[in-house]
Amino acid sequence: MTRYFARKLGLYVLAFWAGVTIDWAIPRLMPGNPIAAYVDRFALNSQGPWTALYKLFDKAFGYNLPLWDQYWHYWDNLFHGNLGISLYAFPEKVTTMIAQAAPYTLALLVPAILLSYVLGNRIGAMAARRKVLDNTVLPLGYLFQAMPYAWLALAAAFYLAAVEHWFPVEGGYAAGLASGFTWAYISSLLYHWFLPFLTVFLVSFGGWSIGMRNLVIYELETDYARYLRALGARGRLVRRYAYRNAVLPQLSGLALQLGTVIGGNIVTEVVFNYPGLGHLIYTAATDQDYALLQGIFIFIIVGVLVANFVIDIVYIWVDPRTRLSMQGAAA
Amino acid sequence: MSGVDQAAPGGTTTARGASPTAVPLAGATAPAGARGGREAYDSGRRWEFLYFAVRNKKLLLGLGVEIIFVLAAIIGPYFAPYPAKEFVAAAALHPSSQHLLGTTYFGQDVFSLLLDSLRESYLVGFLGAAFAGLIGLAIGFVAGWRGGWLDEVLQTLTYIVVMIPSLVLLIVIGAYLKSHSAFFEGVFIGVTTWPWVARAVRAQTFTLRQRDFVDLARLSGKRGPAIVLKDIAPNMASYILLAFILLFGSSMLIAVNYDFLGLGPTNGISLGDMLNLAELWSGLQLHMWWWFIPPGAVMTLMVAALLVANVGLDEVFNPKLRET
Repeated sequence: MTRYFARKLGLYVLAFWAGVTIDWAIPRLMPGNPIAAYVDRFALNSQGPWTALYKLFDKAFGYNLPLWDQYWHYWDNLFHGNLGISLYAFPEKVTTMIAQAAPYTLALLVPAILLSYVLGNRIGAMAARRKVLDNTVLPLGYLFQAMPYAWLALAAAFYLAAVEHWFPVEGGYAAGLASGFTWAYISSLLYHWFLPFLTVFLVSFGGWSIGMRNLVIYELETDYARYLRALGARGRLVRRYAYRNAVLPQLSGLALQLGTVIGGNIVTEVVFNYPGLGHLIYTAATDQDYALLQGIFIFIIVGVLVANFVIDIVYIWVDPRTRLSMQGAAA
Repeated sequence: MSGVDQAAPGGTTTARGASPTAVPLAGATAPAGARGGREAYDSGRRWEFLYFAVRNKKLLLGLGVEIIFVLAAIIGPYFAPYPAKEFVAAAALHPSSQHLLGTTYFGQDVFSLLLDSLRESYLVGFLGAAFAGLIGLAIGFVAGWRGGWLDEVLQTLTYIVVMIPSLVLLIVIGAYLKSHSAFFEGVFIGVTTWPWVARAVRAQTFTLRQRDFVDLARLSGKRGPAIVLKDIAPNMASYILLAFILLFGSSMLIAVNYDFLGLGPTNGISLGDMLNLAELWSGLQLHMWWWFIPPGAVMTLMVAALLVANVGLDEVFNPKLRET
């Protein structure tokens, strides 16, 4: 048990280190000078003030220190929970801005991922043995897989919101509504939440159901399934065993998919102007708000790692073999 | 798959899409290739594949549709009714006989734009698939063949690449880069989507290298790289082809996402760029559906045709899946 977790934890620490280092290195490796670009924004027309300002910012952001010191300071700040200050929304702290946006993103992602995973697996497993379902779910699943995220979201926003007015076209809640624990506010949140949620859900759903269908068909052909049938076990029992085995690769697939789903979520938030992290990082990029950009990058990596940790734990729970081997190692 | 990830969602979007399906596909395809052993390369076997290939409706349909789009991408621009980037008519015209798909907010002909943007979408998709395939194969072969500490290091690397969301990384990089090319976009997609290929290739190399014919090759004094390329790789040929097709589809979908967010090639025109402009200039609010619906529909058809062809090819290579 400890060995399994120590290994996993080692991987997470390594991935976290790599993520933070990449995040730190990007501004320093890229061509061009972000400080110069920032000073240029003040549109100064003479060289004297420009140089003075450049020196000031260079020092303020710590770019005048040796690289090694900069790297060290970066980690030091990170562990103090300091991700810097937004340039665009000065003097707002990056952490505060992330904290405001994160709930919207989580509210979209968590239900969409869980629901598409659970329903996709169920329906996919059913499709594996029912011809009618198979002939509808499979083509639909492939169709959703072939659609670009951005386009599905645009098409949904166009037809369901702009044309039919069933849902709002954009935003996280009705403009001018005070946030609070009121029915008006919460219903407005839900009303704005549904369409972005639906698009993220649909795209993932297709992938899971197709994957599960193929896996269950494969499992039903294995020796243990044949043996069970030869013993006269009822179809339901055989399928239950097949399902339990097929769910394992799906679960590891879920861990691999997280990065992709997050990417799709960013696109969806941009289409719907939904005030989550995806929208925040998109505006940060257009505003060249570097501290905010890099802060969100780290936050998302931490999120992916935490989600992976949860999946690891669930894996132990669904796969008795991991559990047994761990007990064996402990004994 | 596809994963379509867009999405490298293979699963979901291709990448996205690609992935979840890719895993089962790998499982389903591997035994077929492996069972054949070296005979798989006998010419008789090859004719057998061809025999089933020309009789597989899914393969023919998918391939047929794809060829039409590839042709449109190559020769379409020469037959386009208007120069794609120029402002040829009044703004925001509805589709009509003069402008098959109407005009944009700026007065460009949407149909001509569409024909012209196919090329870049295919180019980026091909580059992404080629780089992802090459890196994935190289890492998978080395990790699976050598094993040991090198395998550990490469697996850790694979894991780290999976953990870092590529779209977020590209947004951060894009904020610092003033301009970049279609080549950059393709390479970036390749460099971030190879892990699932590497995993599958590694696993198959692992099982294949314990086979008798590999031992025999080793005894005959062949060197490692030669065995991997001449004895192991041909046994995975069908899988590699299928994986490349899925990568191709997922790369195109990923590129749509990137282009949509304005992270694509500077001054490029691709299907994603059309979506991006339509969104930026309120095509949605102005109900200019002819501006953003066709590019996405065309992309969906392009990728769906690949997926259908892929399923068909899988049946050709894997006798278990053939409908008799």
